[in-house]
Amino acid sequence: MTSDKAVHAYTPGLRVTDTAVLRKVRRLPLPGQVHVELGAEVKAAEVVASTELPGRVHTLNVAHELNCQPAEIGNFMVKAESDTVRRGEILAESKALWGLFYSFVKAPIEGTIESISTTTGQVLFRGEPIPVELDAYVDGTVVEVHADEGVTIEAQCALVQGIFGIGGERYGELKVLVESPNQPLTAELLDETCKDCVVVGGSLVTLEAVHRAIELGASAVVAGSIQSQDLDSFMGEPIGVAITGQEAIPIALIVTEGFGELAMAQRTFSILQGLSGKRASVSGATQIRAGVIRPEIIVASGRRAEGLLAEPPVSQMSIGSQVRLIRAPHFGQIAEVIALPPEPAEIETEAKVRVLQARLADGTVVTVPRSNVELMQE
Amino acid sequence: MTERDITRVLATDCGSTTTKAILIEKQEGQYRLVARGEAPTTVEAPYEDVTRGVLNAVAEVEELTGRRLLDGEAIIRPAAADTGTDLYLSTSSAGGGLQIMVVGLVRRMTAESAERAALGAGAIVMDVLALDDGRLPHERIERMRQLRPDMILISGGIDGGEERRVVEMTELVAAANPTARLGAKYRLPIIYAGNVDARPAIEKTLDEVADLTVTDNLRPTMEREHLQPTRLVVQDLFLHHVMAQAPGYSRLVPWTDADIMPTPAAVGSIMQAIAEDRNINVVGVDIGGATTDVFSVFSGQFNRTVSANLGLSYSISNVLAEAGIDNILRWVPEHIDRGWTVNQIRNKMIRPTTIPEQLLDLQVEQGIAREALRLAFDQHRSLAAGLKGVQRVRDIADAFVQAADESIVRMMDLDLLVGSGGVLSHAPRRSQAAMMLIDAFQPEGFTQLAVDSIFMMPQLGVLAEVHRQAATEVFFRDCLIPLGTCLAPTGRFREGRKCLHVSVQLPDAPHELDINWGELVLVELGENQSVAVTADPLGGADIGAGRNRAVATEVTGGQVGLIIDARGRPLAWPDDEADRVRKVQQWQTALSAYPGIDANDQ
Repeated sequence: MTSDKAVHAYTPGLRVTDTAVLRKVRRLPLPGQVHVELGAEVKAAEVVASTELPGRVHTLNVAHELNCQPAEIGNFMVKAESDTVRRGEILAESKALWGLFYSFVKAPIEGTIESISTTTGQVLFRGEPIPVELDAYVDGTVVEVHADEGVTIEAQCALVQGIFGIGGERYGELKVLVESPNQPLTAELLDETCKDCVVVGGSLVTLEAVHRAIELGASAVVAGSIQSQDLDSFMGEPIGVAITGQEAIPIALIVTEGFGELAMAQRTFSILQGLSGKRASVSGATQIRAGVIRPEIIVASGRRAEGLLAEPPVSQMSIGSQVRLIRAPHFGQIAEVIALPPEPAEIETEAKVRVLQARLADGTVVTVPRSNVELMQE
Repeated sequence: MTERDITRVLATDCGSTTTKAILIEKQEGQYRLVARGEAPTTVEAPYEDVTRGVLNAVAEVEELTGRRLLDGEAIIRPAAADTGTDLYLSTSSAGGGLQIMVVGLVRRMTAESAERAALGAGAIVMDVLALDDGRLPHERIERMRQLRPDMILISGGIDGGEERRVVEMTELVAAANPTARLGAKYRLPIIYAGNVDARPAIEKTLDEVADLTVTDNLRPTMEREHLQPTRLVVQDLFLHHVMAQAPGYSRLVPWTDADIMPTPAAVGSIMQAIAEDRNINVVGVDIGGATTDVFSVFSGQFNRTVSANLGLSYSISNVLAEAGIDNILRWVPEHIDRGWTVNQIRNKMIRPTTIPEQLLDLQVEQGIAREALRLAFDQHRSLAAGLKGVQRVRDIADAFVQAADESIVRMMDLDLLVGSGGVLSHAPRRSQAAMMLIDAFQPEGFTQLAVDSIFMMPQLGVLAEVHRQAATEVFFRDCLIPLGTCLAPTGRFREGRKCLHVSVQLPDAPHELDINWGELVLVELGENQSVAVTADPLGGADIGAGRNRAVATEVTGGQVGLIIDARGRPLAWPDDEADRVRKVQQWQTALSAYPGIDANDQ
C-alpha cells in the first residue's frame, strides 16, 4: 500500500536557489556603536557596527615583589584602582632604613589598574581595549537596527548552502574552473587569475588544489567533496566535532555533498555556473548540533527585496519529490520518490523502519529508509 | 496524601529535542507503566514556552489511554476513575542542560572533587580551571568570558588551611565578570564551596559581579569529600535561577509536585535507589548522538561522568579521532578499506540522522559504539576514584605514601550493567546490544546485563525522590529489558587451555560445560528463568571468589541468555589480520549476532 499524501521530510534539504530573500543578523559580541541607519543600502565589506572588547587582564603579585604582607601593600602603592599606567611606570615602592633599602615594582603593561587586593597582594591590570569592526557581509538593505548591538541586513540573492565547510567569512568573484559537476578540482586548473576569487570545482577538490589556491591568494574554494584524509592533512589534525568557522586558515573551504569522491549536484553546479563572474559572500562556518549552521555562498542581486518570502517554505516530501540519497550504498545519488509506504519495513540490517521507494537516474528502483534521504530544496 | 494512596503518576522529561511523558498506574497492587507519549520540545522559537511541549506529550498519553488528564491547560488532580493524576513530576535538560564551570586549586584534588560534585548534580562541566592547569591568568579570564556558563562553582583549600590562593582564583573570576548563558539581565550564580576561612574575602571579591551562594566546603580535609551540600545547592540554583530564565519554566514549576530535576541527576537518583534497595553495585550508560553519560553506584557511592564529545552522530568523528580507525575496525568481521570507512563516518557526522542500511555499515557503527562506550567508561573509572592527595600512614616510622589512584569501579564487584541509547536499546538483535556492552565494559565474574526499553530512567528518577517503591517497581518490570548474565573469568590467558567448568541446573537436565580460554559460549536461558549455576575456575582463573575457587549462585536469564566469556581480560587480539577476522566471526557466530551467521546454521 502506498500513500501519495505529502509528509514531512525528516532531513531538511540544503537550500540551493537562484532567488531567495535572506536576512542576516549582524551582532557585536559586546554593546557598541551602530554606524548605519534603517533603510540604508550597504555593501558587503562596509562596517556597520563597532565596539571595543575589554583589554587582556594581566596579574602581578605586588606583595611578592616587595616581599611584604598582602595587607601592607596599601602603604606602598603609588597608583590606585582605576589609574592608567604606562608600561615600566612605578606602581609601588618601599623604603626601609631611611631609604637605604629601596625596592619598587613597575607596571608590566600599558593599561588601567582594575583591582588591588589586600588579601592576596595581587594587582590586576586591564590592557588597552581591542577594537572590533563588524561588516555587513552581504550587499543589501538595513531592515532592522538593534540598538548598540548591530543590524539585520536583507538581501535578494542567490543562495547555495553547502554540507560542510571550514574557515570564516570571505568575499570574492565566483570563478568556475571545471566543465562539469563530475570534474575534480585539481591544482593545474588554478592560475594567477584566481587571486581574491571564490573558485568552484565539480566533484572532489584535491589537497594540492587547496594548497595551490592559498598560494595564489584565492579567498575560497567550493567543490562537491573532499577526501577525509586530505582535510585532516590540510588542518594538521582530524576534525572531531562539526563546529567550524573559527579556524586560523587563509581561505574558506566548502563542500556541497560530503566526504569521498562525489559529484556536485547538477542543480547546484548550474546555479554556480550561472553566477560566474559575480561577487559572492562566502562563509565556511558549520554547526551540526542545535541551531544548525551550514556553510553558504551568497550572491546578492543588487535589487531591493520585494514580494518574496524571507523564509523557505516548509519541507514537504511527496510522490515525485527529488531527493538526494545520503547513506551507502547509494550515497550521493539523486532520485525521484515513487512510493511512500506508511508501514515500517525490514531492511538488510533487520531494523524495521519507515522507508520510501525511489527511482535512480538509471531507472533502478530502490527502497531506502526515509531518514536516509534529503529533500532537494529550493 | 500518603504513598499508599497514590494510584496514578504522570511524569515528563523535557529533553533538548523531545518532551517525553509517561503515565504510571497502580494495578492489582503493583505500579506499572501504562503509556508513553512524546512531542517536540518547545523551548526554542517560535513557541518559547516549554509547557506547550509538555501539554502536547500529555495529550498523546490521553489519546493512547483514554484517560482525561488535562482540563484545558491544567493537569487534573487528584486521580479519579478515568481522570486526573495524583502526582505530576518533571525533569529537564532542555536548552542544553545545566552547564557549569568549575574553579579549584589543584586539578587532581579540590578541583576534581568540585567536578565530581557538579557532575553528580546533573551538570555538564564546561571546563575546570585550576592553579596547575597550565594556563596563564589572562588565558583563564578569556576562557571564562568565552564560555558563558549557567553557573560557576568555586572550591579550594581545606578548612583552616591557607586562604590566599582561593581568593586569588576568585579575583580572576571577578575580573572576567562572566555573563550568564541565558541572558545578560541577571547576575551569574556562583557557588563557593571552599575553605571556610576565606568566605569573607570571597564575599567581598564577588559582591558586585555575581549572585554568590556559600555552602559547606566540599573538601573540608584532604581525607574527606563532602559533596552532597554542593550538589543540593547546584540543583536549587538550577531550579530557581537557571530554569527561571528558560522560556515557559516559570509556568511549569508550579504545576509539579516536586522540584524539577536536571535529567542526569534524576537518572542518578534511580540508579542509587536501585543499588540501595537491592544492595548491588550498578553501572549505567546512556550513549547519545553528542554525549555519553556513565553512572555508577559502588558500595553506595554514586558517581557520574559526561563524555561531552563521545556520541554516535554529532560527535561520531570525535570517537574516530580519539579511538583511531584501527580500534574501530578491529570489531568488524571482515577486512575493509580504511579511507572509505573514514569518509563514511564523516558523512554520518554531517548528516547525523541517517541509519545504516547495510549489514557491514551496521557492524562498523556498532564498532564505533563499542569504542565510544570504552572511552567514556575509561574516563568514568578514572574520575570515580579514591581521593587524590590523601596521605596514609604506611608504617610505624611515619613513612607516608601518596594513595594509589585506584578506581572504585571494580568490574569483579559489578552486579548489574544497564545500557541505554538508540544503538543499544534499538539494536536489531538483542545479542548485538549484549555484545557491545560486554566488549566495551569487559565485565568480570557474574554480571547481569540489561537495556533500557524506552529511556524512562529520568522520569523514574524524579519519582524515586517522592515515591521510591513506585519508581523501583516500574524500573524492573517495564523499564529494563533483561539481556541475561555474563560470566567472565580473569586470569592468565592461554588460548585453548581449559579455564572453567560450568554446571547449569536447567529444568530438564543439568548442563555441564568445559570452557577453554578464548571461547565465547551462549547458554539459552529465558527472560523469566532463574537457575542455579556452579562455576569452577581452573588453572589460576578467578570468577570473583579468588583463584581456582568455585562460585555457586543463582543466575537470571534474559532475551539473550547466559553468556560465558572466556576471551580474557583485557580482550586479547591476534596480530594477524586474517586471524582477527576469523576470531571476530567466531564471537559473532557464538551469539548469533548478525543475520547469515546464526549459531544454529553452523
